[in-house]
This record gives sequence, structure tokens and C-alpha cells, in this order.
Amino acid sequence: MSATSPPTAADRPQPAPRRGARRTPRDHGANRAFRLVSTGSGVLILVVLAAVAVFLVVQAWPAISTPSDELADAVSWFPQDTSLLEFIGPLVFGTLLASALALVIAVPLAIGIALFISHYAPRRLAQALGYAVDLLAAIPSVVYGLWGAIVLVGFVHPIWVWLADVLGWFPLFAGPASDPSRVLLTASVVLAVMILPIVTAVCREVFLQTPKLHEEAALALGATRWEMVRTAVLPFALSGIVSGAMLGLGRALGETMAVLMILSPGFVYSFAVLQAGKQQTIAANIAAQYPEAPPLGVNTLIATGLALFVITMVVNMAARAIVARRKDFSGAN
Amino acid sequence: MSQRIDVKDLNIYYGDFLAVQDVSMAIEPQSVTAFIGPSGCGKSTFLRTLNRMHEVIPGARVEGTVAMEGVDLYGDDVDPVAVRRQVGMVFQRPNPFPTMSIEENVLAGVRLVNKRISKADAAELVETSLRGANLWEEVKDRLAKPGSGLSGGQQQRLCIARAIAVKPQVLLMDEPCSALDPISTLAIEDLISELKRDFTIVIVTHNMQQAARVSDRTAFFNIAGTGKPGRLIEMDETGVMFASPTEKATEDYISGRFG
Repeated sequence: MSATSPPTAADRPQPAPRRGARRTPRDHGANRAFRLVSTGSGVLILVVLAAVAVFLVVQAWPAISTPSDELADAVSWFPQDTSLLEFIGPLVFGTLLASALALVIAVPLAIGIALFISHYAPRRLAQALGYAVDLLAAIPSVVYGLWGAIVLVGFVHPIWVWLADVLGWFPLFAGPASDPSRVLLTASVVLAVMILPIVTAVCREVFLQTPKLHEEAALALGATRWEMVRTAVLPFALSGIVSGAMLGLGRALGETMAVLMILSPGFVYSFAVLQAGKQQTIAANIAAQYPEAPPLGVNTLIATGLALFVITMVVNMAARAIVARRKDFSGAN
Repeated sequence: MSQRIDVKDLNIYYGDFLAVQDVSMAIEPQSVTAFIGPSGCGKSTFLRTLNRMHEVIPGARVEGTVAMEGVDLYGDDVDPVAVRRQVGMVFQRPNPFPTMSIEENVLAGVRLVNKRISKADAAELVETSLRGANLWEEVKDRLAKPGSGLSGGQQQRLCIARAIAVKPQVLLMDEPCSALDPISTLAIEDLISELKRDFTIVIVTHNMQQAARVSDRTAFFNIAGTGKPGRLIEMDETGVMFASPTEKATEDYISGRFG
């Protein structure tokens, strides 16, 4: 510790400082720099978020304020006798349906893989498997799109036909299954594979963080390994699983290329995910229409982007609220 | 509700490392047996072999026999899960399940065995178990609140309630008071002397006064040096152990000359 005091401190009347308790000016500076950097980073996030929101609203405004019949005149693909909301509605529906299906497929699988890695597999195998899953995340989405459009579409077709035959009474699987299978369910399967790594990685980390103490408590009560997982690991990890699912959902909602390359689009409210030409997602629609859109068309597309932004925020906040309701029982206290 | 345990020639390993060597002892039913000894002497490790919790650690294994009423717990056809239902355990640090309410914590073990326990039976079991752990009066108005909201001593008694709710034969306690204040410690010690009417109790403790207060028999473990296996030095009536131990090492440890 330096014996000299900073000049400013000497000017002010102060109680005599204890020897050795005084910070050197250098320490002080580093501390302040750290505080500024961390505060600045935090503020920056908010600024970026606000900037995106402002951009979306400003750019979407011409489309929102223009009467819909004028929109239809100016933009070739904008349907006649439809308001902007009626145009966005089916897109929102398609986006949510595709992402929800992807989550339904991916989350149980991710939990299973993560549990296997964290609690069942021998260490070496667990490591190898962990790398393999992480590698999935490194594949560009356009490659997933190619794979989906060329390989998967053919591969799943017999399965989809079978699904439509057996479970056709269920609205989701209403037949006839289109050939080729350029349908929403195929796109959702690809989305599921794409979000699998992030959901798995998050789940694996929270599973590994389960306190040994709680695992042993369950085992000592005579729990089998699965019962131990059920009583100690899964409840502890619930909020982490939800976070992982939300990260995955965020990616699925915004995924463009894979959906664009696989899905044969349509613009109606339909649960029939085995039929082509029914649904379309916001992101894929923007990518499809953007290159040749007139100015007002771009504004319309940005309005759909604004809708996507709002959906993502609402879904995230809803998930946080669900987790927070169980806060007393979270194990964080 | 209470059974004896006979341990014979038990060697305990972590992988290739011999942690505890050649332990033979008899643990009497309806009594409290205390394990004392310096840190690292293997008393907790030995305790965890009595309900097969030792083998939860990768690579951990044992040689020798641990027989409960004549049945070897390490026999080929014995399921460790079944052993742990017979031999309950309370840990060094209170570990109620944080995601469960007080009531759910007490029922956690029972629900593993009997999924369809009726509401009335469950309520009754919760009350008898919490009364058995001297906790009922303190928590009866907040059974639906999280168990992690209780004080440390209350949490530990909740863990005891959870352990006795499955009606084990034996209750193992691994330094159950080491994370507690003196008043909570006293509450647990009182509880132990009540519990021994129904259970065989084995307690590991660092606190020799505690061993002297609560136990009927005491076993002293020691270790020759770092990297050497722990051994059972001697075991006798607690009064005899503290007044006139046979071994010099026991006397040194008890009189505070080391450890």
C-alpha cells in the first residue's frame, strides 16, 4: 500500500485514515473503470433494444398508416380486401405453430440427451456426445435448409402419410399428406434439430449444477436413479430448462433460411401441418418478398417484423413470469 | 423396527485407494453408536457403507460383509435401493428438497414407494413423522411453505422427519449437528435419545462431548498418516471409552492431545 495520499483527499478535512486501509490511486482507477465498463455494457443492451424497437416502429409506420386498399394497389403480393392486421395474423399463427412444434419435438429430446450426458453416460462418452451436440450448433442454417429440402423431405414422406392415415382425425395431422413433404411439420423437424444444441447445452449445465447434497438426499431415501432425477434434478433445473427452451424458441421464431427452403407457403389459419401451401412464417416471408418489394412493401414486411419482435418479448416475459411464480421453491434461497 | 448390524472384515476403496481397512464391529439395535476420530480417518466413509451410499461415488467399492440381521447388504441379489429404504440417513448439512414444501419433503421418500397414499394417511404420516422429529408444533401452521424457509436446526429436524417417515430399521447420522448452533444441537441430541427407542442409530461426530452425551457405545477410528487407510482402533461402552480406554491413541484423542 502506498503511503502517499491522493491530492484531492488531502484538501478535504477527513478523519485520519487507518494505515493500510487506503486504496492506491491505481486500484481506485481500475475499480472505477470496471464499474463504468459493466454499467456501460448493461446500458448498451437497453439502447440497442430501444434502437431496434424505434427502427421497427418508424419503418413500419407508413404501412400501418396507409389504408389497406392503397396497400393492395401498391404492393403486388398484398391481398385485396384485407387489412394489415388480417395480413399479419396468419403469418403470426404460422410462426408460432412452427416454433411450438419445434419446441415440442426438441425440448424432451434435449432434456433426455442432457440427462444422459450429466447423469447416466460414462465420462468419456458424455464428453464426446457433448462435443457432437455442440457441433450441431456450428452448422449454418442454409445447410440445414438444403438438407431439409433435399433429404428430409423425401425421408419423412412415408411417415407423414402414415401419420395422416392413423391420426388424421386429429386436426394437426389432417390428411392428405402432401407430396413432396414441403409442409410445416418437416420445417418444424429441421427447426427442432437446429435448436437442439442450445437447449441441450443449457439443460446440461443446470443438471450438472444440481447440488450433490440433494441428489444424495434422494438416493438415501431409497430412490432409484430415475426417481432421484425426478425428485432432485428436474425440479431444481426447471427454471433453467425454461430458459433453455426460450433461447431455442427465440432461434426458432426468427429462423429464416431453413423454413424458406423447405416450406411451400400459404397464408391461412390452418392447423393442418401435413398439407402444403397452408402456413408461412414471418421471417421466411420477409426473406422471400424483400428483394423485389416496392417501398411500401418493405414497410409492410417491417410491420410483420415488428409483430415478431413483440411476440418474442411477450413469450419471454410469460416464461419469466411462470418461473417467478415458483420462486420460493426454486432453491435459490 | 430396529435391527442389529454386524460388520466383518470390511475394506473400503475409492478406486485403487484403500480408505478404510479391516473393520469388524457389531452395532446393537435400539441403541446409539457413535463414531469418533480425527478428520479423514474414514468414519464418514464407513458410515456410508452401511446404507450403500458409498458406491454412489464413481469407482468406490467395498470388500467384506455388512450383515443386517444376518443378511449381507452386499449380497449379489441385494438391491442397494432396497437397502437404503431400510437404512435411512441424515447428512452433515440439512438438505431438504428446495423445490418442495415442508409436507412434500416429509412425504418424499414415502411417495417413492407408495404413489397412491390417501390424503388422510398422508396427513397422518406427516404429523407423526414431524412429531417424531420434534418439529410438529413449530411448523404445523405452514406445512405448505417451502422447507428451505426454515432455520438450519429446523431443516435438519425436517430431514430427520423425512428419513423416519419411510420407517427404516436403522438411522445413520453423518455429523448431523456440525452446521447447527448449540440450541439446535441440543434439540437434535434430545431427539436422538427418543429415536433410539424405535431405531438403531449410528452417529458420526467430531464433538466428543456429544458422543459422550448421546451414545451408548463409541467406536474410535484413527489414521496412521496421510495416504494411509483409516482403521477402527477400539470400540466399547461409551462410559468405558471415555473413562478408561484400552488403547493409548484413544486416550490421547479423547483427552485432546491430538485431533
